[in-house]
Amino acid sequence: MKLISYLSLFLVPLVIFYIVVFALLQKKPVFELFLKGAKQGLITVAEIAPTIIGLLFAVGIFRNSGALSFICNLLKPLEAFLPFPIPILPLAILKMFSASGANALLFDIFKNNGTDSYVGFSASILLCCTETLFYTISIYFMSVQIKKTRWVIPVGILLSLVSLILSAWIARVFIS
Amino acid sequence: MLNYIWSFLIIAGIMFASFTGNIENVSNSIISSAKDAIDLLIVMAGVVSMWNGFLTIADDSGLVKYLSYKMKPLLRFLFPNIPKDHVANDYICANFIANILGLGWACTPTGLQAMKALQELERQRRVNNRRPHSDFHGCHLNTLPADIDNEYTASDEMCTFLILNISSLQIIPMNMIAYRAQYGSPSPMAVIAPGLISTLLTTCIAIVICRIMCRPKT
Repeated sequence: MKLISYLSLFLVPLVIFYIVVFALLQKKPVFELFLKGAKQGLITVAEIAPTIIGLLFAVGIFRNSGALSFICNLLKPLEAFLPFPIPILPLAILKMFSASGANALLFDIFKNNGTDSYVGFSASILLCCTETLFYTISIYFMSVQIKKTRWVIPVGILLSLVSLILSAWIARVFIS
Repeated sequence: MLNYIWSFLIIAGIMFASFTGNIENVSNSIISSAKDAIDLLIVMAGVVSMWNGFLTIADDSGLVKYLSYKMKPLLRFLFPNIPKDHVANDYICANFIANILGLGWACTPTGLQAMKALQELERQRRVNNRRPHSDFHGCHLNTLPADIDNEYTASDEMCTFLILNISSLQIIPMNMIAYRAQYGSPSPMAVIAPGLISTLLTTCIAIVICRIMCRPKT
């Protein structure tokens, strides 16, 4: 596992290298394209800034009121039977509805447990392998006027549960 | 949706704090979380715009198109019932590549195009299925489940496409790396390998489940 982690550090530089070389071979103005994309990226961040400020504020209130730890403590006795840490359960549920809401909760976990603790690392992995289920389903099906979604929602929820268990398990393997 | 989540967090938080005497913590958190948000946004602005720059190079140089083209054979396996030259194949490939590379701006438009193409395909099928019915042979039609023959029902391909979208295969989760960097991770990129393993596993499970759900009914 150490080796895999080490090799994965090469991935980002390698992808960047490949992109730049591929574009140069096509005789593209690479730096100008980079500037165009970077500018767009800055605009994207500026656009989500109000959402992040608003959500971090709301999660901050909820966390500091003691309500979040109260709920987690209520569920604590279950932890021995569950294959994942309790704090990532609300994260998985929130992620089905709203990506930015889940992110705000993730920052809270990072702040209180650390990014590379068991809980923090499971949370990082969890958000990498789940998607905003209900949001995606509603915009995609709405666009083609589909009303009967058949098995999509149950299977989607099942997959979220699978990701929840998997990410906790993989986090344990990688941390040890 | 966020309207409800947001107001729930604030109202429940303030009520809980007043009952448990934590109101002072809550007051302090209001200022500190505003500051946290800006700290996070500064790190994100750097990482996201840098990455977006590289993705724009990849998009404009035709790399994304090239990868979509390379992906086509895989589609024969995932969607065996889409005719080989149907335009839906192209849109689905473009959408999957956008997801895999994390091209946020390209995911939804290509996804919607793919859904439209799949709907067209399903309509065509319904027309073709109806024909043998009217001239008294081709009784195989009756073996189709009744709900397939409905304008507002999702087709097998649509369901598979959505489930694969939800399992969110992604090579480099750059946003997550930025978040981890901001919250003091000694190795923000350590999430790449485990993230890739988990997303590969969930995608494989998703494919198996879709295969089971789409098997021909007897």
